[in-house]
Amino acid sequence: MLHDLLNALQETLFMVFTAGFFTFMIGLPLGVLLSVTRKGQFLANPFLNKIFGTFINAARSIPYIVFMVALIPLTRLIVGTGEGSIAAIVPLTLAAIPFFARLAETAIAEVPKGLIEAAQSVGASPKQIIYKVLIPEALPGIINGLTVTLVHLVGYSAMAGAIGGGGLGSLAIHKGYHAFQTNYIVATVVILICLVQMIQICGDYIVHGTLKRQ
Amino acid sequence: MISLKDVERVYKTSNATVHALKGITLNVKQGEIFGIIGRSGAGKSTLIRCINLLERPTRGSVIVDHCNLTTINKEALRHARRNIGMIFQHFNLLNSRTVYQNVALPLELMGLSKKEISSTVHPLLELTGLTEKANEYPYHLSGGQKQRVAIARALVNKPKILLCDEATSSLDPKTTHSILQLLRDINEKLNLTIVLITHEMEVIKSICTEVAVLHQGEIVEQGSVLALFADPKSDIAKEFVKAATRLEMPIALRRRMRPQPTSTTHPVLRISFMGQSAQEPFIAYVIQHYELTVNIIQAHLETIRDEAIGIMIVEVMGSADNIQNAIAFLESKGLHIEVLGHAPRST
Ligand SMILES: Nc1ncnc2c1ncn2[C@@H]1O[C@H](COP(=O)(O)OP(=O)(O)O)[C@@H](O)[C@H]1O
Ligand SMILES: [Mg+2]
Repeated sequence: MLHDLLNALQETLFMVFTAGFFTFMIGLPLGVLLSVTRKGQFLANPFLNKIFGTFINAARSIPYIVFMVALIPLTRLIVGTGEGSIAAIVPLTLAAIPFFARLAETAIAEVPKGLIEAAQSVGASPKQIIYKVLIPEALPGIINGLTVTLVHLVGYSAMAGAIGGGGLGSLAIHKGYHAFQTNYIVATVVILICLVQMIQICGDYIVHGTLKRQ
Repeated sequence: MISLKDVERVYKTSNATVHALKGITLNVKQGEIFGIIGRSGAGKSTLIRCINLLERPTRGSVIVDHCNLTTINKEALRHARRNIGMIFQHFNLLNSRTVYQNVALPLELMGLSKKEISSTVHPLLELTGLTEKANEYPYHLSGGQKQRVAIARALVNKPKILLCDEATSSLDPKTTHSILQLLRDINEKLNLTIVLITHEMEVIKSICTEVAVLHQGEIVEQGSVLALFADPKSDIAKEFVKAATRLEMPIALRRRMRPQPTSTTHPVLRISFMGQSAQEPFIAYVIQHYELTVNIIQAHLETIRDEAIGIMIVEVMGSADNIQNAIAFLESKGLHIEVLGHAPRST
């Protein structure tokens, strides 16, 4: 049983953190874009903002389970298979991106306008404002958003297990539910709780570190 | 150095059109400390932000150091802005950077090496008295220290102009004084042209050489600070001077006063004198020479940028002709006289 659990945990960690990585890499630029193209911002572009905003809202309103099934063909195209933990990363990432992008957008929008003006007054370009002002100043909020996203990914990855995604969710369903081994269910739940706690503690610790100077 | 020609700024919101600036024409000479004073909502911030084009004028031209900023492209504008430092009421420092890193930011944006940056930043920290605080984060600084950091950051590109948007409005009087002193120092040491906006006459009085009064998007009065104090023309300027000198007629007297003279009234005058005329005893002279009785109701004497200025409110009793002659004599000596009204003889 221990062996099963460790294997499943490893798969879950792999899914969550790989998906988390891609989510961050794609979601952060998207969040920046959404924030700086808002009305009244320094790269205001209502048209672009509306398009991306609508797209993200649409993606966020699809239930994850539907999302996952609907994406199977795309997943096959990208990773060659529709099953297993590698395949699960595609829908996980695509579901988490809009979620994280909105959180990053909010964090960045909270950077006081005066800081942008101060940077503009010394000749900063839009790119420099983003890299030197917006992202560093919004970092605590962005990391908070990433923590929340990773926690969501843990939950989604367990759901992915139900349709052959592997990981702790899969273990609980197959060994625990179908084979009536309650101890598997209890053990996976305990591990999931611990995992979520760990992510939250780490996230809070990092945020605290960046906030200590403020 | 700075020349605004017929600058207009209109804000269109969904339910209103605001004419924040209505045709501002303004010239600031090299090395001046030019103050713009106005009440809240007068358009001061809009005006000063038009100088570095943080706010783009709806119409008109902005010429800074021989360059028309309204016609150049974005890249050239970014370049031109390095020549115009700016500080703000709320300091606008980056919380994620130390004092040193905040001051270094403009140089970092230009891609200078660490060594070049360090050799520019350290002298500036010295100048602004921040050497000890170099590695602190802004959160741990007082308001005055934060404004010093902002000043150092604004100066790090070696600009020719410094714009100050209500730079002392969120500081206590003592800190305000030290920041103004610093601004005056750098004006002299670096021969920097400073434009500052404020709603406080104290600020204008302590460091400005020239002043413009802004009211509802228009410049209603402009001239030397001394002249504004001695002889404010617009109602709004009169109010600012009154508030700064705390010269206010006693209510009892104001109630008694009439706008027109009669046979039983005598005039109440506001007499102001400055520079050389403040040194000589003209009042004593007219009392004797024109056989007048002068009752000083209030007086205010002070030094503005090293020049003495005095303002008095007096009741003058004597024959109407003598009073007229005395006024003419004083005016010929460079004193400013304003007839505030006519008070009936008190019984
Ligand atoms: N971005 C804006 N949109 C709409 N109206 C504005 C904007 N900025 C300023 N205003 C209006 O312009 C006028 C002048 O504002 P401002 O320059 O900030 O005045 P001050 O700095 O003298 O208090 C005010 O009536 C203000 O409401
Ligand atoms: Mg203002």
